[in-house]
Amino acid sequence: MNKYILSIALLCMAFFMKAQDKGSVLIKNGTLITITDGIKENTDILIKDGKIKKIGKSLKAGSGTKEIDAQGQYVMPGIVDAHSHIGISAVNEATAPVTAEVWVGDAINPFDVSLYRALAGGVTVSHAMHGSANAIGGQCETLKHRYGTMDPEDMRMEDAPRTIKFALGENPMRVHGEGNNISPSTRMGVEQVFRKAFSEAREYRNQWNEYKAGKTKVAPTYNLRMETVADILDGKIIIHCHSYRADEILMLMNVCEEFGVKKLVFQHVNEGFKVAPELAAWGAGASVFSDWWAYKFEVYYSTAYNAAILTKNGVLTSINSDSGELIRHLYHEAAKSQKYGGLTDEEALKLITLNPAKQLGIDDRVGSLEEGKDGDVVIFNKHPLSIYAIPQLTIVDGIVRFDRANDQKDMRVDIDPEASIPSYMEWNAHDHDKCMQGVFETLFHEH
Amino acid sequence: MKLILNIKSILCVLLLTLSISSKAQLVGKAEKGTFALENARIHTVTNGTITGTVIITDDKITAVGTDVTIPRNAIRIDCSGKSIYPGFIDSGTTLGLNEIGAVSLTQDASEIGNFTPHMKALTAVNPNSVLIPVTRVSGVTTVLTVPQWNLFPGTASLIDLWGYTPEQMFANFDALVLNFPSTGRRGRWDRRSDEDIKKDAEKALKKLNDYWEKATQYANMYDKANGKVMYNPELESMRSAVQGKTKLMVNCNAKDDIIAAIKWIEKNKVDAILTGVNEGHMIADSIAASGLPVITGPVLTIPRSNGAYDAAYANAGILQKAGVKVAIRTNENENVRNLLYHAGFAAAYGMGTEEALKAITIVPAEIFGVDQEVGSIEVGKRANLFIADGDPFETKTNIIQVFINGWKIPMESRHTLLYDEFLERNPGLK
Repeated sequence: MNKYILSIALLCMAFFMKAQDKGSVLIKNGTLITITDGIKENTDILIKDGKIKKIGKSLKAGSGTKEIDAQGQYVMPGIVDAHSHIGISAVNEATAPVTAEVWVGDAINPFDVSLYRALAGGVTVSHAMHGSANAIGGQCETLKHRYGTMDPEDMRMEDAPRTIKFALGENPMRVHGEGNNISPSTRMGVEQVFRKAFSEAREYRNQWNEYKAGKTKVAPTYNLRMETVADILDGKIIIHCHSYRADEILMLMNVCEEFGVKKLVFQHVNEGFKVAPELAAWGAGASVFSDWWAYKFEVYYSTAYNAAILTKNGVLTSINSDSGELIRHLYHEAAKSQKYGGLTDEEALKLITLNPAKQLGIDDRVGSLEEGKDGDVVIFNKHPLSIYAIPQLTIVDGIVRFDRANDQKDMRVDIDPEASIPSYMEWNAHDHDKCMQGVFETLFHEH
Repeated sequence: MKLILNIKSILCVLLLTLSISSKAQLVGKAEKGTFALENARIHTVTNGTITGTVIITDDKITAVGTDVTIPRNAIRIDCSGKSIYPGFIDSGTTLGLNEIGAVSLTQDASEIGNFTPHMKALTAVNPNSVLIPVTRVSGVTTVLTVPQWNLFPGTASLIDLWGYTPEQMFANFDALVLNFPSTGRRGRWDRRSDEDIKKDAEKALKKLNDYWEKATQYANMYDKANGKVMYNPELESMRSAVQGKTKLMVNCNAKDDIIAAIKWIEKNKVDAILTGVNEGHMIADSIAASGLPVITGPVLTIPRSNGAYDAAYANAGILQKAGVKVAIRTNENENVRNLLYHAGFAAAYGMGTEEALKAITIVPAEIFGVDQEVGSIEVGKRANLFIADGDPFETKTNIIQVFINGWKIPMESRHTLLYDEFLERNPGLK
């Protein structure tokens, strides 16, 4: 009997452990927006086995390779979203101010229809983040939108650097201070959470190093939380920190400086424009909303010109969604940086391609149309910064994952006939803080 | 001599301080007078697009055309290469009522209780909301501000986004709001069973009918007793709506709810406007057959979970093509300025630019019965309009100058002022 179960289990494993699908496709005569090498009119792009093999004129594909005519259309790299919570079934482990041990990569949901909707907006990669309830939250996962595959493992962007969520200001103060009456309840307290965690992790790492060097006889107790924080100190994990106010942004830069942490990207960072020179000098990235503000007090003194001010001050800047709605039109959100601050087409499009890719440490793979990079491409009928642009085809690793001409009415992978349909779509305006998913509902709707 | 110089310099400093402190107010002062907007592409909405001149005298448009005599006292604004559009109207917002999302004491859109028809949005409109300048500099000159959530949450009011009192802002339309009992879930946190949801909906419908019947009886009594009735602010506020003298805005989104709402409206012979209507595209023909006007939106929203990904983008266009009179709303607060892009997405996904433009100008004006006053560039209408350097739906287009009731509005807001201050911060790093 046991043998029987084992063999079935092995069979299942063999089925799921199949290599990720990679495709080949030749896109002909499009206007290529390469991001790194200007605009190329009437140019072909050949994707072979999931990678961009060749960009040029009159390319020939081997027989059997699918050809797409992109005459009069715009071909750009797949859009990268540096902040989202789609494709995961859990967001917040809101039980302590430090939860570095948890990882949203354990909660990947390949069936989330939001992934399909994101593809329909040309987004091929998203950074599935832990929530912002804790000063040091959980580790995040960079996803490739291989919607249609059933295996969570296939959704991971293989070899993407590790990232972790930090959070400053109202959210950790509200959850732990107001909610549980423990520190942090102020921005002073939030600083001390980092100092304590970093100091303890440094001590923890030293103890292990001494043990490994034979200086001590008994191994220290293994602690995944401390392991993770120590990995941050060792530069193995990129910090992505939820932040709003200028003072707290400066605070975290100072703390990181002191502990020798160099990989730091601020998320939301609505008041980043106030400390743009400091961000640029430090080398911290900023991933912002195009125009969200006033949904809480710490974003009341915001400006939609944030992305433009940051960019013009030399800060590595991206525009993110943090929303299953906004992720569907990041190309439009990027265009707002032209209205609010007059960025050029290339600057605006970098905000949703190469720049977020750099912030996630995956710019060697995605973010521009270059030979050798992943075959992640979106084709628009009009220039993607035009309001009238509609994504027509979205390709991931050379495989067409969205085709407007062949769009099924219901693209849920797991159709649940029991699921009744929420009517909350009209309350988008009240649904802004997706980072508090899980926490907000518990705090305000169940109690 | 030295003394005089010193006095002069002191005066200079004083003047400078004064001009700086006058900047401490939210935005600069508006101007009124006679304006000639010359050589513009004039998108009249109701009479095509012409190249010519618009004259604004005090609060009105006094001339529009290719051959217009410019009054001698007019301030001339050259609009060569620019376009003029009527001010955009958002037919559903909470602007003026809500200020900061997570700060409950700045939220005035919903009173406690389920039956609060006597709440008046206009009462709580804050003319000095920081959100208002942010909105109007994008060309949105007029919004309907709507009480929320309850079955009868109150009366919505149409306001212009300029004025120092709610009365100055009032744009001559208000309507009672009904959130029609929903058979759907209220959100992710709504953990009621399907059966409970159905029961709750039935209960709510019964409650609605009870209130309506009471209000009808009250109205009859009121007429018979020549107004000598007991104080009842709730029923009094419903009197003109049950008598069909003022409009009732009926909010419904799910297909079944829309069908039920139309039935209810027909049965009770209500002068109604449907709002929300998210799944209207599924039953566009029957909505058209009802003859009811529709205010739909937001356009930039996710579909219901079994819907096509672009269902909300396409909804307004599908309804309009079926013959429904459709206006577009954002249902937003701090980002009502994105009305242009809600309309733009509707335009791209099937409605077309011209109809989408109407859906935020003349059509809502008609629905609200103020089309003699606003909604197009025509002689005699109030001067609610703006100058843009291109198609306002296109994201990169700049809105150059807004006029509301003839006031030349300062093109400033918290967002532009912060940009001016921080683009090149001084001191910089050191």
